[in-house]
Amino acid sequence: MNWDEVTPLLWPATRETLYMTGVATLFTAVLGLLLGVLLVVTERGGLLSAPPVNRVLSFAVNVGRSLPFLILMVAIIPFTKVVVGTSIGNAAAIVPLTVGAIPFYARLVEIALREVDTGVIAAAEAMGATRREIVGKVMLREARPGLVSGLTVTVIALIGYTAMAGTVGGGGLGNLAIVYGYQRFEGKVMLATVVLLVLMVLIIQAAGDLVARRLTHR
Amino acid sequence: MIQIEELRKTYRVRGREVTAVDGVDLTVREGEIFGVLGRSGAGKSTLLRCVNLLERPDSGRVVVDGEDLLALGGAGLRRARQRIGMIHQHFGLLGSRTVAGNVAFPLEVMGVPRAERAERVAELLDLVGLAGHADAHPAQISGGQKQRVGIARALAGRPKVLLSDEATSALDPDTTASILQLLRDLNRRLGLTVLLITHEMEVVKRICDSAAVMRDGRFTESGRVTELLARPGSELARGLFPLPPAEPRPGTTLLEVTFAGDSTDQPFVSALARKYSLDVNILGGAIETIGGERVGRLRLELPGGPEANAAQIAFLRDSGLTVVLTAPATDQEDAR
Repeated sequence: MNWDEVTPLLWPATRETLYMTGVATLFTAVLGLLLGVLLVVTERGGLLSAPPVNRVLSFAVNVGRSLPFLILMVAIIPFTKVVVGTSIGNAAAIVPLTVGAIPFYARLVEIALREVDTGVIAAAEAMGATRREIVGKVMLREARPGLVSGLTVTVIALIGYTAMAGTVGGGGLGNLAIVYGYQRFEGKVMLATVVLLVLMVLIIQAAGDLVARRLTHR
Repeated sequence: MIQIEELRKTYRVRGREVTAVDGVDLTVREGEIFGVLGRSGAGKSTLLRCVNLLERPDSGRVVVDGEDLLALGGAGLRRARQRIGMIHQHFGLLGSRTVAGNVAFPLEVMGVPRAERAERVAELLDLVGLAGHADAHPAQISGGQKQRVGIARALAGRPKVLLSDEATSALDPDTTASILQLLRDLNRRLGLTVLLITHEMEVVKRICDSAAVMRDGRFTESGRVTELLARPGSELARGLFPLPPAEPRPGTTLLEVTFAGDSTDQPFVSALARKYSLDVNILGGAIETIGGERVGRLRLELPGGPEANAAQIAFLRDSGLTVVLTAPATDQEDAR
């Protein structure tokens, strides 16, 4: 293959990677944030202290985090079928991507929320703020830089996971690299996909850092 | 304004019961500054946090401005808290908000409309002398300025009561003085009732009308500062006016004379010397103006043993002074 034959393959694959990563990020951000908040507020002495709930959630997160992505993807095929109606293709890959990334991001959210000064939370409580206000206006808002940094890390992990989407018939740069670069010994395709993936990661990291810095007031 | 009865709070720490507050009664009158003095671990922080129920006491009564807080439900308690200001040792400011945003926070919680909020924030910042810093973030201002923001925020809901949790303990002496001055001003101008806890004698000396000394969860003494100072054996008096340790020389009498209140302005040392033709020696003394009154303690040496000086001691006591005889042993004894 010469470069003229390689380039037409790259664009659709890039688009597929961005599509899978983007949609999975969207769901992960919302559900991971929710789960992370629940992990913090349900702990003993938390705003909604419920230790049994906390133990269940924490256990679920640990299980989710311990499964290798490749196995998770195959293991939840029945669930994927229920959600998107099919178990193959890009849309089908988004389900395991999201399921895999939620516990990951939830832990990062938990860490970011724990960094919030307990004195600030007590101050808000003393002002008569409701729990909803304390979570929304104090904890989440104060933790914004950490939440953004955590999401950046999660998005980059998701890009890594999309490389395995080919296993369930999804596309993307990872699949392209496996099918052309690895199985057909096309070194140019391999090189091009690696360069694109590195660029993607660099851009996302830089953007994440920029936003996090903007939100930090030191 | 604040009435606490038989307050008890116990924690479980690793299966063991730790009593933080052990049956405290406390009354803070309207418009006064009441200081609770104690070392760390004395239970004063728990006591303060029980006043707005950040900690729920095991038993007792907490009445603030006529309202029995323990009888209130969630929404009622939140409304009551909006009327009780609180300032904190480490300020408790939102780092993500500007100075103005921090002061606006309690107003948002109270549901004050946006336009009104801006007006009130400007007014509050002016009150604490931070008018020019509205758009700064907490990380960009000094500790003293941060506490001013904390005070402005605490006053947003026009509270009658302000709780101060070691508000000056993280500040240097000069800044401490200016924050205490501000609290004193606000107390006078707004009729604000202040309950503060501190481990610094200086705070009690500078601004408190009344005080209590707390140890192991209990008050060991409590009352108006000037009264406490005149009370023989008062820890507060000893702490505020430390006299160097001394023992009487043979053939002399050592007296510790505390003057406060009515006895303040009498020239009692020269009166004593003149009346009994004595040579009075002043071995040590500490005099301060507290709450506009001159108070202090003197250590006097009179010639002759205690028996020979009975009339002199009676004279001093009749002048309204508190007199404690220093016994030859190292510990001091009440001569009464």
